[in-house]
Amino acid sequence: MDVLYEVKQIIAKQARVPVDQLTADSRLDALGIESIDVIEIVFAIEEKFGVTLPFNANESAVAEFETIGKVADAVKAVVGKKAAS
Amino acid sequence: MNQVVITGIGVVSPVGCGLNEFWSALVDGRSGIRAIENIPTQRLSTRIAAQVLDFDPDTHFSPKRVGLLDRFSQFAVVAARAAVRDAGLEIDEELALEIATVIGTGAGGHITIDDSYLKLYGENAAKVHPLTIPRMMVNAAASHVSMDLGLKGPTFTTATACASGTHAIGQAFHMIRSGQTPVAIAGGTEAGLTVGTLKAWEALRILSNDTCRPFSKNRSGLVLGEGAAILVLESRERAVARGAPIYAELRGFGMSADAVDLISPDPDGAARAIRSALVDARANVEDVDYVNAHGTGTMLNDRTETKALRSVFGKHADKLAVSSNKGVLAHGLGCAGALEAAAMALALHSQTVPPTANYEEKDPECDLDVVPNVARQTPIRSAISNSFAFGGLNAVLVMGRA
Repeated sequence: MDVLYEVKQIIAKQARVPVDQLTADSRLDALGIESIDVIEIVFAIEEKFGVTLPFNANESAVAEFETIGKVADAVKAVVGKKAAS
Repeated sequence: MNQVVITGIGVVSPVGCGLNEFWSALVDGRSGIRAIENIPTQRLSTRIAAQVLDFDPDTHFSPKRVGLLDRFSQFAVVAARAAVRDAGLEIDEELALEIATVIGTGAGGHITIDDSYLKLYGENAAKVHPLTIPRMMVNAAASHVSMDLGLKGPTFTTATACASGTHAIGQAFHMIRSGQTPVAIAGGTEAGLTVGTLKAWEALRILSNDTCRPFSKNRSGLVLGEGAAILVLESRERAVARGAPIYAELRGFGMSADAVDLISPDPDGAARAIRSALVDARANVEDVDYVNAHGTGTMLNDRTETKALRSVFGKHADKLAVSSNKGVLAHGLGCAGALEAAAMALALHSQTVPPTANYEEKDPECDLDVVPNVARQTPIRSAISNSFAFGGLNAVLVMGRA
């Protein structure tokens, strides 16, 4: 599965913007994504990939998920672990 | 306008159901947060909570009655009986007709709902228990308190999530102050710890997996709790005339709505509620010595609350003792504000600020004096207690010395 592609689809849906406007460098805050959206995005990713992302709004949050590329990297790290185990 | 005083307190809490146990745990910072018991945790990633463990409904209710009461109603009735006993309040037929009962709860009978859905969807049962509806309805606790004690005056429920108990006490306070009723039984109750609700809270990504550390930089989120606290409020005139013990005076109540976001708190909304409570109490910011903070141990709340306090209190903010009870009690949602109002009354009574328990690391964005880990004996003239609910609904109480 192309992680970046799927993550873009999920974020485009949440931000209600056309997916072709998004790149790995698109910033979540520039898309008007708020903390409540991030929680929904994490949920959608977990459902899509069948993984659990270690995300706590008190610790992780914004810095880790600054751009779409960073979200995809976080997903890859978890998906990779799942494949290896 | 009547002055309103607190003459009785009853609690059912994760650190005990007696006032002495409750208060000494708060003062010593002895946390009621433990590994979850009596609920299957295999499917949960959060396995801690502040549960009420020393509570056996069969010692409080007859076998015939106990089945009518969801746990949240049981807690409310037991706390209300204790509060009335503590106040030495005699309820004769004349008073019974006037006395108000105002009980806050966030969710009502969640355990009843969870049990019935488990049977229906999980076990494919054809029917659910015939008393499912009367047990789960959010006003059940208020109704049971009124029936148990024979209270026949104005009776209702306030449901404002984490501010429910505070809204209940504030409404009852205004009813006595205006002369609508001479006495009120008011507080909050919650018993919503089930696999279903814990999963739902987990999904919000704000629960801690170790403990609740309000205002501490290394905080990891909130921990859920349960319990009830009920206060007996009465006009000072009446309390003095009958020689009742007085814990503290209830002086002001303020409310506001953020009208911004369903989940993220707003410093302006919080500040408006605090200001409105101080105006209602005719108090100046300099009169306040102690803030019983909402202090949930989430990054958003703790920073927002700090900002709100700084904006209301200005320079005086640095002279405030600001502590949260949630390191000890965790977050009891609908009962939180009531347990914290009880704590504030006891703090004024003993002139002791209970500490913020589990505090470990200074957070530059929460730079008030948060009374870390050690209680402080200090003159407390007036105090406020903050409750800021999901949905952006805020409630603040002001109390003064007896």
